[in-house]
Amino acid sequence: MSTRTVDVALGTSGLDARGRPITVPLGVQLQDTGEFEVPGHFDEAFGAEHMLINIGPQHPATHGVLRLVLELDGETVRRCIPHIGYLHSGFEKLGEYRQYNQIVPLTDRTDYLSPMANNVCLAMAVEKLMDLQITERCTVLRVIACEMSRIISHLVWLGTTGIDLGAFTPFLWAFQERERIYDLQEAWTGARLTTSLTRVGGLMADIPDGWEAGLRDFCNTFPKTLAEIDSMFTKNSIWCGRTQGVGAINAEDAINSSLTGPMLRASGVPFDMRKDRPYLGYETYDFDVPVGEHGDIYDRYLVRMEEMRQATRILEQALARLKPGPINVDDPRVILPPKSRAMSDMEAMIFHFKQVMEGVKPPAGEAYLGIENPKGELGYYFVSDGTAKPVRWRIRPPSFLNLSALPRLCEGALLSDVIAINASVDIVMGEIDR
Amino acid sequence: MGLSEIEPGAAGSPVVSAVSPNFMTTSLDFLANWARTGSLWPMPFGTACCAIEFMATAASRYDISRFGMERMSFSPRQADVLICAGRLPFKLAPVIRRVWDQMPQPKWSISMGACASSGGIFDNYAMVQGIDTIIPVDVYVPGCPPRPEGLLYGVMLLMKKIRGESFTDDFLRREQTIGANGLYLPPDRIDELSEPFGNSVSQTRST
Amino acid sequence: MIAAPSPSVATLRKEFGEAIERHVVSCGDTIVYASRERVHDVLAWLKETPGEDYSYLTDITAVDYRDPERALEVVWQIRAIDRPADMRVKVAIPTGEPLEVPTVWDLWRGANWLEREVFDMFGVLFIGHPDLRRILMWETYAEGFPLRKSFPLRGHFSRSEQTRQALAGQPESHYSLEELSIADEYQNLPADVRERLKQGKRGFVE
Repeated sequence: MSTRTVDVALGTSGLDARGRPITVPLGVQLQDTGEFEVPGHFDEAFGAEHMLINIGPQHPATHGVLRLVLELDGETVRRCIPHIGYLHSGFEKLGEYRQYNQIVPLTDRTDYLSPMANNVCLAMAVEKLMDLQITERCTVLRVIACEMSRIISHLVWLGTTGIDLGAFTPFLWAFQERERIYDLQEAWTGARLTTSLTRVGGLMADIPDGWEAGLRDFCNTFPKTLAEIDSMFTKNSIWCGRTQGVGAINAEDAINSSLTGPMLRASGVPFDMRKDRPYLGYETYDFDVPVGEHGDIYDRYLVRMEEMRQATRILEQALARLKPGPINVDDPRVILPPKSRAMSDMEAMIFHFKQVMEGVKPPAGEAYLGIENPKGELGYYFVSDGTAKPVRWRIRPPSFLNLSALPRLCEGALLSDVIAINASVDIVMGEIDR
Repeated sequence: MGLSEIEPGAAGSPVVSAVSPNFMTTSLDFLANWARTGSLWPMPFGTACCAIEFMATAASRYDISRFGMERMSFSPRQADVLICAGRLPFKLAPVIRRVWDQMPQPKWSISMGACASSGGIFDNYAMVQGIDTIIPVDVYVPGCPPRPEGLLYGVMLLMKKIRGESFTDDFLRREQTIGANGLYLPPDRIDELSEPFGNSVSQTRST
Repeated sequence: MIAAPSPSVATLRKEFGEAIERHVVSCGDTIVYASRERVHDVLAWLKETPGEDYSYLTDITAVDYRDPERALEVVWQIRAIDRPADMRVKVAIPTGEPLEVPTVWDLWRGANWLEREVFDMFGVLFIGHPDLRRILMWETYAEGFPLRKSFPLRGHFSRSEQTRQALAGQPESHYSLEELSIADEYQNLPADVRERLKQGKRGFVE
C-alpha cells in the first residue's frame, strides 16, 4: 500500500540572517507608501480561498487542551499547525526545588493515564544516578506496576478513540476494566490515580494480603473483555474504512521524526525499550512485541490491542515469580529506617533526620534513563551537583515527539480523518506540556 | 442603588431586589430550581488528571447521569455548569474566561480538584492560583484528584445551592465581566488569593 | 556501572580532533563535549557514517547550572536503532557569549519542536530553524525564559500582573504569522492590530 512522505513547509521563517526572530511584516511591501499589502491565499485552479479552522483548545476530541489550526481546501487539509502549551505547569522548574523523593508525586501528574510507570521511571533514574541495586521483589513489583499502567493507558486510548470515531459502548467497557485496576492501585498505594508508588531505592509500601489474588483474577477475566472489544472493532467495516490507509508514515520517516512507542512500531520499526535497552529484568520475561506494517491508524490499533494482551501475559509471569522478601534496599542513607528503630536507636534516628530534613543526596553527575511507557519512551534526565535537589530534571515526553509529526500525518487528509489521526497518536497533554 | 451604578468587574456589590418573596414567587422558585437541578448539563472543561476522574465519574460505575448530568455539553452555549477539572495555566486563562462568557445564564461553576481551586501543588510562574481569580466559582471540590464520590458530593452541594436560589434575586444572574483594567477581581484581591500558603511558603528554595 | 566510554568517542576524536573538547562517562552514559562551530558536523557525522548510524534523535535540551560562572550546556541525546549505542553530545556556552547553536532540523525532523522548547525555556537560538517561536508559553510572553536559574520560581511579575497579561492576549499572539497569512483571518483582526502588523510589529504586550 502506498505511503506519502510529505515535506512539511513550515511557512515564514521569522528569523533574520543571524537567526534572531524578526518582526516579519505580512505580505508584500508596497514601494510608494512603505506599507504592506496582504495577499489572499488563492488556489489557482478554482480561484477559491482556503479556510482557517481552529479546533480547541477546549474540544471534546482533542484529548486534552490541544489546539489545532487547520488550513482547509474544502474538506481537505492543506496544513495543520498544532499549538501546545495550554497545560504547561512548570514541572521541570518545580523539580529543581524538590528533593528526589518529593518529585515522585509530580511524576504522577505528567502522564496521568499511566502514573505508576512514571513513578517507576523516576525511581530508576535516580537509582542509576546513585548506582543503587534494588531488591528482587521490588524489581518484580515494578514490572507489575509498569504493565498494569500499560493496560490502563491503552484502555483509555481505546475508549476515547472509539468515541472519536463514533463508537460509544467500548468506552464504558474499557473504563469498567480500568476501575478494576484502579481498585488494585488503591489497595496498594491508597490512591486511584495519583499513586506515588516508588521511592528511591524501593517502594512506598508492599502489596497487601489478597492483592495477588485480585490481580490474578483480573488477568483471567480481562482477555475476555478485550476479545469483546476486539469483536466490535477489528473486522468492523466502518472502523476499517476509517482507519486503514489513514495517517500513515513509513519507517524511515518515523525514525527521523523521533516517533516512539506504538507509533514507531506500527510503522514497521521493531524497537521496544524493553527488548532493546532492557531494564527491570525484562529480558527474562517471555513476551512478544507487536510490529505493524503500514503505519496507519489501523496498525496502531492492532499494535496497542496486542500490547495489552502481552501485558497480561507478562503480569501472569511476574505474579508467578513473586517471592517474599524486602522491597526496599538495605541502605539507611536512602531508605527511611522503621519508625520503631528510629525512636530507639541513635544511629537510625540520625539517618531518619538527615533523610527527612535534607533528603537523598546522589553524587554529582548526570544520568538519562528511558523506559517503555505505554505511549512510547519516557526518559528522565537528571543532572545532579551532589545536593538533595536536582540541578536539572528533564522529562523527555513520548507524546511530545509523536504529536510533532501530526502536521505531516494530516496533510492531504480529510477533516474527519484529522480527528482520527489525532486520536491514534495517543497523546496526553500533561506530558506534552509539562 | 440600582444596577446602573455598579461597575462591571466590581464583584461583590449586592443588589437589593425590588420584589419581596411571597407564595407565588417561592412556588415558582421551587419549580424552576427543581427543573434546573434535575438536568444540570455540565460543560467539562477538562484539562488534566481531574478530567480522567471526571470521565470515570461519567462511566458506568459512578454514573453521573443519575444526577441529571446526562448530556455532556462541550459547547458552552448549551451548558449549565462549567466543571473545571484540572489545572489551569496562564496560557489557558483567556480560554476559560471566554468559555465562561459564552455560557448563557443561568450558569454555575464547579472548581474540581486542588489545582483549579487554589493552584494545587503548582505554585509557580505558569499556573493560575485558583480559577476564582478568573471566573466566579460556586462549589470547590478538593482532592488531587477528588474521588468520583467527592465530585458527586460537590454536584449535590451545587444542587442544594441552586435549590436555595430565587428568581427575585437579580444579583444571582448578573454577569460578572472583565473590568476595564483587564481583570475580573481587583489586583490586590488576586494577589491575596494567590499568596503561597502552607507548605508552599517554604518550598521555594532550590538548595 | 560501565566506566568505559562508547567506542564512538575514539572515532570521533580521530575525525574531528580539536573540535571534540573532552568526553566524560557519567553513570554509564558517554558524554562528548563539542565546539559550537563544529557540533552540527559532529552530529551529522554520527548520524550518517556507516558503523556509527545514530539515526534516532532521542532528545534535545539544555542545562543551566546553579553556579552563575558555569557555562550553559545544550544537550543532544542520540541513539542507534540497530545496536545498543547511545550518545550524549553537549555544547557548553560560557557566560557572556551569545546563546546560539546551529539547528539539527535538517538532520532530524524530530528536532523541530524540541528546539522550539529549548528556545522557549532557555532563550537559546537555533540558527537555521525554520520556525523558531515559543511553544509552551504564549508567543508574546514577556516575563523571560522560565528554566534559567535567574528566573524565580513564581516568575518576575506579581500574580495580578501575570493574570492581566494572560487575559489580555492580543489576537495576533494566538495565531502564528504563518496562520495569519492564510486568507480571511487577516480581515477579522481589529483595525489597530492590522495597522500594527502593516508596520511590521509582531505585537508585544506593553
